[in-house]
Amino acid sequence: MSHIKIELRKEDVDFIKGVCATFNNDPQELINVLHTCQEHFGYLPAEVQEVVSDGLNMPVAKIYGVVTFYSFFTMTPKGKHPISICLGTACYVRGAEKVLDEFKKELGIQVGESTKDNKFSLSSLRCVGACGLAPVVLVGDKTYGRVAPDDVKNILKEYEN
Amino acid sequence: METIKLTIDNKEIDVPKGTTIYKAAKELGIDIPTLCYMELHDMNIENKPAGCRICVAEVSGRRTLAPTCSTKCEPGMVVKTHTPRVLNARRTVMEFILSDHPKDCLVCSKSGTCELQAMAHRLGIKDIPGAEYAAVSTYRKDTSPSIIRDLDKCIMCRRCEMMCNEVQTVGAISAVNRGFMATVAPAFEQNLEYSTCTYCGQCVSVCPTGALTEVNHVPQVLRALVDPTKTVVVQTAPAVRAALGEEFGLAPGTLVTGKMTAALRALGFDYVFDTDFAADLTIMEEGTELLDRLSRHLKGDKTAKMPILTSCCPGWVNFFEEYFPDLKDVPSTAKSPQQMFGAIAKTYFADKIGINRKDMVVVSIMPCLAKKYECQRNEFSVDGNPDVDFSISTRELASFIKQANIDLNTLHDEDFDAPLGESTGAGVIFGTTGGVIEAACRTAYELYTGKKLKRLEFTELRGMEGVRSATIDFDGLPLNIGIAHGLGNARKLLDDVRAGKSQFHAIEVMACPGGCIGGGGQPLHHGNSEIIMARAAAIYTEDRKKPLRKSHENPFIIKLYNEFLGKPGSEKAHHLLHTHYFDKKKKIIIKK
Repeated sequence: MSHIKIELRKEDVDFIKGVCATFNNDPQELINVLHTCQEHFGYLPAEVQEVVSDGLNMPVAKIYGVVTFYSFFTMTPKGKHPISICLGTACYVRGAEKVLDEFKKELGIQVGESTKDNKFSLSSLRCVGACGLAPVVLVGDKTYGRVAPDDVKNILKEYEN
Repeated sequence: METIKLTIDNKEIDVPKGTTIYKAAKELGIDIPTLCYMELHDMNIENKPAGCRICVAEVSGRRTLAPTCSTKCEPGMVVKTHTPRVLNARRTVMEFILSDHPKDCLVCSKSGTCELQAMAHRLGIKDIPGAEYAAVSTYRKDTSPSIIRDLDKCIMCRRCEMMCNEVQTVGAISAVNRGFMATVAPAFEQNLEYSTCTYCGQCVSVCPTGALTEVNHVPQVLRALVDPTKTVVVQTAPAVRAALGEEFGLAPGTLVTGKMTAALRALGFDYVFDTDFAADLTIMEEGTELLDRLSRHLKGDKTAKMPILTSCCPGWVNFFEEYFPDLKDVPSTAKSPQQMFGAIAKTYFADKIGINRKDMVVVSIMPCLAKKYECQRNEFSVDGNPDVDFSISTRELASFIKQANIDLNTLHDEDFDAPLGESTGAGVIFGTTGGVIEAACRTAYELYTGKKLKRLEFTELRGMEGVRSATIDFDGLPLNIGIAHGLGNARKLLDDVRAGKSQFHAIEVMACPGGCIGGGGQPLHHGNSEIIMARAAAIYTEDRKKPLRKSHENPFIIKLYNEFLGKPGSEKAHHLLHTHYFDKKKKIIIKK
């Protein structure tokens, strides 16, 4: 029940229908359709899934099943500055979990959630290929290496304005 | 056909290419345990997600154990189904499943008929090591008008998902989430009530555990029975008598009409009536509507919609209101027998015994879970007083009889009460696929042609094929009949109607595979489709035993029209016995 009730504009509906049409309205192309929609909207709210269901002529329950199965898809909008903490093996053994806990505490949100002002969102990922810098944190496109829990406040400060 | 020779548990067998190890073993009489696999072969229904991993076996040349339900036989294969290695693996798998399962077996509504409980017993599980460390995933309980979802008990066999999506094409539920939080749920994990669910109950009838069960109305019925101010009237659907005996150890297909009547009287119901009476009434109304539409259609009247669709089945009504609302003026407007019964009981019969409808409680015994929802529909009540107060399933009735310490097997047969207990063979066959339209043909033929039927049994309308068609000769007029059971099959016929391609004059639809005999409220078949076939045979036996077999010859129906309703299709009949349908398609909200 985590979905946010939004109303779609007509051009949004047309966009989704258009995406479905590009993929020949074929239910087998569901994942591709969802990828394109998430790229466009930033997330996949229930309403978008309902229009996809119409466009591909398949039950919305099945679509929701796929959205909740793959961690790539999200039903909550990402914040203006999406924060990702690497929990891959190297980062994990060098204390990434403590860094994550600090972010949770500072922002008052859990993984998969966004702050009320929609400024930050928090997610975890597995290995960004920079294990030499472990533990690694990404904020938007910027990478922070060797992050300690004490650094968290300073990192967030950079995005104050 | 190409065959394959293999050895299972030291026995040789030849099987057609493509056969699974599980099926080959079954032919040899080897019973491999499984929790998720299920097959109803007469109905072409199979679930084999290879999800539970209980059915594994050792296969020569293979490093790992193979799930037999989905592994095909190969020439020269040597399979061992019950070695110590296999038993050990099964036990481990079972312990994992149980570690994340609630332990409220004492009061679980599935206790005694739960396949998981039976499997724990069969595999000799006496304790669950590590249970104290395992996550017991928790979900909220979801209660809809018909079905309760208690997903802490879901073991992800996905039988319900298969029934809902592949067989019924309703698509209300799907596997969602992953890991411990994986379960089967409607979109956005909303309650079933806000999904496309039709309440057909086929998910409930295949669920191996207590994850999906019916809403239990026995306590309310019990309260009505002890209330001295209430006159409690009961009606029993045709399919109940062909299945109730199974719950008391009788062979599938044993008719228990007389014993059931005696049991209901012993339970304290004031009047024991028969929904079959209302089925006869349905034929009078629906048959008249069919002939009226047909004759207008033959005269070239474009407003006379063809084909006419039957409307007895509440799961089916929910289905077309959700998926085919543009066709909502095509089905017959006749209410279902359950609702016709309630409307007559609380008017005609209440007047006859001189009581107010508010002091009468009408209970129905149904093979169906959608009937629970149907009797709660707003249009079926007068000033908030429903025509039918409570609907309980065949399973609930069996439990009720056992609670009252009544031994069904030793009861002497008793008859239904008059006047709403008298019925013809036509009313009885409503319980199986093809039965409603056969009953309609028996009456419509005689009313249309004015001649006596030479042959009462329209065997061309019978059978278990999902979609059937036949042409009945109405004295020179060829009447094209279509029949579908299972909503996926109904969808095929409906798509043709929508496209204007349908050649049928009348179509019968029942939501459940097999019709009401395979209903969501019936004793569990545990994947044995022979049980459903035996029930169908019992229904036709009951029909043959009836002295009267055509609805319009039922003397109490004739009397009801003479004393009360006038004639079929009269204004009063329309007011009490007909209904209308709604567009329930979920709309996408678009910002202005």
